[in-house]
Amino acid sequence: MSLTTAHSVVAPSTNSKRIAGVLVVGYALISIVPLLWIFATSFKTPPDSIAYPPKIVFQPSIEGYCNLFTTRTRQTPEYINSLGPATGFCDETVRKRNMVIAGPSNFLPRFVNSLIIAFGSTFCAVFLGTLSAYGFSRFKVPLADDLLFFILSTRMMPPIAVAIPIYLMYRELGLSDTALGMILLYTAVNVSLAVWLLKGFIDEIPREYEEAAMIDGYTRLQAFWRTVLPQATTGIAATAIFCLIFAWNEYAFAALLTSGTAQTAPPFIPTIIGEGGQDWPAVAAGTTIFLVPILVFTILLRKQLLRGITFGAVRK
Amino acid sequence: MAEIRVQNLRKAFGEFVAVQDSNFVVEDGEFFVMLGPSGCGKTTTLRMIAGLELPTGGKILLGGEDVTMRRARERDIAFVFQLFALYPHMNVRKNIGFPLLAQGMASAEIRARVDETAKLLRIDHLLDKSVSGLAGGDRQRVALGRAIVRRPKCFLMDEPLGTLDTEFRDLMVHELRELHNRIHATTVYVTHDQMEAMSMADKIAVMNHGVIEQFGSPREIYDRPATMFVAEFIGSPPMNFLKFGGGLAKGAKEIVVQGARVTVPEVREDVAPADMALGIRPEHIRFDDASKLRGAIYGTEYLGTTQIVAVETADGIIKARVAAGIHLSPGEQVGLALSSARLSLFEKGTGRAVKTAMYEQTAEARHG
Repeated sequence: MSLTTAHSVVAPSTNSKRIAGVLVVGYALISIVPLLWIFATSFKTPPDSIAYPPKIVFQPSIEGYCNLFTTRTRQTPEYINSLGPATGFCDETVRKRNMVIAGPSNFLPRFVNSLIIAFGSTFCAVFLGTLSAYGFSRFKVPLADDLLFFILSTRMMPPIAVAIPIYLMYRELGLSDTALGMILLYTAVNVSLAVWLLKGFIDEIPREYEEAAMIDGYTRLQAFWRTVLPQATTGIAATAIFCLIFAWNEYAFAALLTSGTAQTAPPFIPTIIGEGGQDWPAVAAGTTIFLVPILVFTILLRKQLLRGITFGAVRK
Repeated sequence: MAEIRVQNLRKAFGEFVAVQDSNFVVEDGEFFVMLGPSGCGKTTTLRMIAGLELPTGGKILLGGEDVTMRRARERDIAFVFQLFALYPHMNVRKNIGFPLLAQGMASAEIRARVDETAKLLRIDHLLDKSVSGLAGGDRQRVALGRAIVRRPKCFLMDEPLGTLDTEFRDLMVHELRELHNRIHATTVYVTHDQMEAMSMADKIAVMNHGVIEQFGSPREIYDRPATMFVAEFIGSPPMNFLKFGGGLAKGAKEIVVQGARVTVPEVREDVAPADMALGIRPEHIRFDDASKLRGAIYGTEYLGTTQIVAVETADGIIKARVAAGIHLSPGEQVGLALSSARLSLFEKGTGRAVKTAMYEQTAEARHG
């Protein structure tokens, strides 16, 4: 007997698989093309980057990356010739344009600021979020529903709506242009998201786990640490990614509140100026490097995120 | 191991009273079952003994010590949950050893104790497996292992067989009882399943609406139900009730039901005229054409060695358990003969059983 006519009611048919495939590929193209464009631009020379019509095929160059990490000064060819052989690849590249490297640019410190502020605020938001979500989930908190609504209400307007009060407040408190100020601000914005997301995840974890641990001789904190937290990793990972993406990409507050020592990468990258205008390859190079941490973080937590999708789907 | 003494225990959640003034003693090494429909307060009572809920009033003594307000971890008890609460991020060995870890025991000793426990429960081949892949019965055994590994004062079990399928459940009922016979741990077991209760318990407390309706051995509870609720809750099919009126005088040995005289165990108290009910277990009914108590066959349920026969009487349907060999056809008129020594009398208003000679046997048996 042939089984070719048999079909499953749960497995998708070949046709629907094809349609799904086309949709996914189409969506992927739309979202990936701009990224590819940025990536390609970062390897163009400044003239290629503004060529019209745009160049799809071009001679790759790392000039953009050199320009991103250095500041340069224009010199006479005689002076450059008197310098002796170029010390490195970047040196050689910029000398062709009659320039010498004067020193490192501000990109690296700005990038480090971004790392400190984004990861710092993500840690704080997830830490506070996990504890308060656990509290809301397990204890009888007076006015719990009102408090949760209040926490949610902080997200009902764009954060930038309170930019002026925050600007004035930060100036008074001396938090302007400090990493601490930015960490506090991003934590405050993210903690509401963290509480709500994590409360959902912790509600799913049966109380019996902690009760069993508490009967078996553990304190509540130990029970939380050893039984609830390991089960909540999926939710924590998902929440951390959302918080990190927000804090990492945030532009408006960063532009408003930071200008010097605590400036993050997003307001810095567009200010990279080349000779006679925007240095697009350097901007593109900055953007490309800027994408890397989020990419790495997401790939590292991919397993947890995937588990998060199927969590609780089959059995409780 | 220790004795558990519950005195005037009470728990209210706002307006709702979950447990009302409970009193009972579970003796050292006894297997005690709290039985009742859902919402009767049995789980709340258990959780108060465990320290997961604090009582509104009353006292709990564990081995003579007052633990009423003590934290769960300071009570030295073990709890088996309905959903087992096995930690999915640990393997079987770590799950069983988890309570020992809390005591700061050396890892070599934990290993030895876990091995010993696993052998006792015949799960030593599963120790390195993940708990999420285990079958229901094995999960149950791991949960039991986690409870007995610590050698606590007593075991508390909250419907531990509730999620197993019938096949495993029967097996685990035997295993649990056998385990109890070997380690003689004081056990409080909560269930709504009378079969589990009857087959495992030394003592049963039947609860309803937060009140203990009856406390006694399975035999006492089945043969001499203290209230109509107990009579109806225990037994399958439940006890039949036939109503009759009028009061009872001390020393009476006969009542009139549906115009028929029925001999009953001698009444030992005076009862003012009220609505009364005669309680008859299905197996205490025989078919006898000479009897004046009559009815028509309504239907039969064949069970192999016996059959359950529904008989329509003037007071509704009553069910009799008779030998499977008797042939009966629907509509047939039959006379019902009752085993006089085994009948119960109830006051319908309060549901209370009237004191008769049959109930006194209990007291005599207990004291003598």
